[in-house]
Amino acid sequence: MGLLSATQTITRYRVEGSLSENPTDQVREGLNKQIITNIDNEAQDMAVGWTSFEAPFTPNFDDASFQVGTHYAFGLRIDKKSIPSKVVKQQVAITSAKRLAESDREFLSKNEKSEIKEHVINVLTIRIPPVPNTFDVVWQYEEQEVWFFSTQKAANEEFETLFNKSFSGLKLIRLFPYTQADLTLSLSNEERDRLSAITPENFTE
Amino acid sequence: MLDIAVLYNKYKFLGQEFLTWLWFSLENTPDSLTDEEGIPILMTVGNRIVLEVIREESTVESVTIKGDNADLSEGIVAIRKGALVTEMSLIYKKNDLAWTFTLKGENFNITGLKTPETPPLESKDEVEGAIIDKLYLASEVVNLVGNLFRIFIRLRISEGWRDETVPAIKRWLTA
Repeated sequence: MGLLSATQTITRYRVEGSLSENPTDQVREGLNKQIITNIDNEAQDMAVGWTSFEAPFTPNFDDASFQVGTHYAFGLRIDKKSIPSKVVKQQVAITSAKRLAESDREFLSKNEKSEIKEHVINVLTIRIPPVPNTFDVVWQYEEQEVWFFSTQKAANEEFETLFNKSFSGLKLIRLFPYTQADLTLSLSNEERDRLSAITPENFTE
Repeated sequence: MLDIAVLYNKYKFLGQEFLTWLWFSLENTPDSLTDEEGIPILMTVGNRIVLEVIREESTVESVTIKGDNADLSEGIVAIRKGALVTEMSLIYKKNDLAWTFTLKGENFNITGLKTPETPPLESKDEVEGAIIDKLYLASEVVNLVGNLFRIFIRLRISEGWRDETVPAIKRWLTA
């Protein structure tokens, strides 16, 4: 659930590496580089890109609206076209019947069948609109932290991939217990060694 | 640092031990749980705890206890049999304000976070203020968990863990 929702869901990331002297310009450039593209009327079945926090369907990073105080707020949008398998089956059956009637044959070859299926999927993909899913992102750059407002595995993976593509020189590390201890608790080298040597505790003996 | 996926799997138990310790501390030594300024916090276990134990051949047995005022003794029995807390809902109170959320031990994902209410958005001009307000309120929980985890890690890598904390947890489990 997003930042402004009644309930929120947060996955935290650490950003290793430094932004340039003008971080806003660097972030803007990275966002524009991978801004979401429109796949309406295209044969593409999926698009992943950055979008605006406030206007997810009309993304624009040219103004400073993505900067909120000392944070950057934007969104990850995943547009996906899903064609119901029954629709594919129906269209393949109709096209196959037409092809048989035209060629006055009783059977189609394996190759013809697979060509028809490919063609049907292609035509349907162009015709149907994608379903958009938007996930909020807040980059707290002074704290070197990014919050991604979803715990869905696939969405987190798309987010990590897109972030790395957009901001070269920066490394995004997910904050789970070990990385949180190692990267955010300012442990000494000796404490870090002791942490890496620990093994599961047994409370049952 | 080792590969992230390797670290994730190798130390998966760390967050689960943290939640198990947190439950023990909330029940037995609540004053030892403090915020960043060292002030004891007001926190209670919410209405859901999930415990898991890995048996032979990676078979996972899990116990979920849910419901307001649920009897949590079944959870203690599960820990006694080798389980750890893998997920726990928590209620945090500060200055008459309340936060509820669920923390997952394996990855520290925060889900179902309900912060104190903020005024409804009435115009687009208010979005920036709303973002700052919500972030501030969510940060309270993130910082709090971070501080509790700091207390746990310092203890976990100290001599006090084996000498005092583990025996105290075992006494709690068998009381």
